[in-house]
Amino acid sequence: MRPEMLVYAALVLVSAALLIAFVRVVRGPTLPDRVVAVDLIGVCAAGLSVLGAAVSGQRGFLDAAVVIALLGFLGTVAYARYAEKESLK
Amino acid sequence: MTQWLTGILVLIGALLMLLAAVGVLRLPDLFTRMQASTKASTLGLACLLAGTALQLAEVSSSIRAVSIGAFLMLTSPVSTHVIARAAYLMRVPLWEGTVVDEWREDAGGEPEAGT
Repeated sequence: MRPEMLVYAALVLVSAALLIAFVRVVRGPTLPDRVVAVDLIGVCAAGLSVLGAAVSGQRGFLDAAVVIALLGFLGTVAYARYAEKESLK
Repeated sequence: MTQWLTGILVLIGALLMLLAAVGVLRLPDLFTRMQASTKASTLGLACLLAGTALQLAEVSSSIRAVSIGAFLMLTSPVSTHVIARAAYLMRVPLWEGTVVDEWREDAGGEPEAGT
């Protein structure tokens, strides 16, 4: 057994986590449930990008992970401001 | 040896992410689900980043890994708080086993679980 196998196993596990989070996006009874699941999908995508850097040795994947994390945070906050304004009407 | 350390760290991070996703799927209401999903974004991604920084073993990629980790640790409490507040104001139903709802009590309402 070689140590690279562990990194490939981690890729499979993070991909499975992304798919499971997507099930919650489809089923989630309310809109905030879906937003929480989309946030988790963003974190999983950043994790996949980081693992891509570990597998391939390319540093660019880490820059992509920065951008994915930033966009996930901005989307979540923008949604929450909108929802709060709607609920106060 | 470093390769094994990388593999073990990365595997721990991936298992934490999988557990967080299972928690988001299985837990009963929004607020408990948010508590589960935080594990992926803090400890899970931190383990992945530590493993990757060890694997690449360069200064520039280590700095990037540390900055991603610091950014996530700073922003994930903010986004969690903001979603939880919006969801409470939208009257997302709490789990029927909820024991404490301090916001409702402070607002002078009846302390009532499972609304």
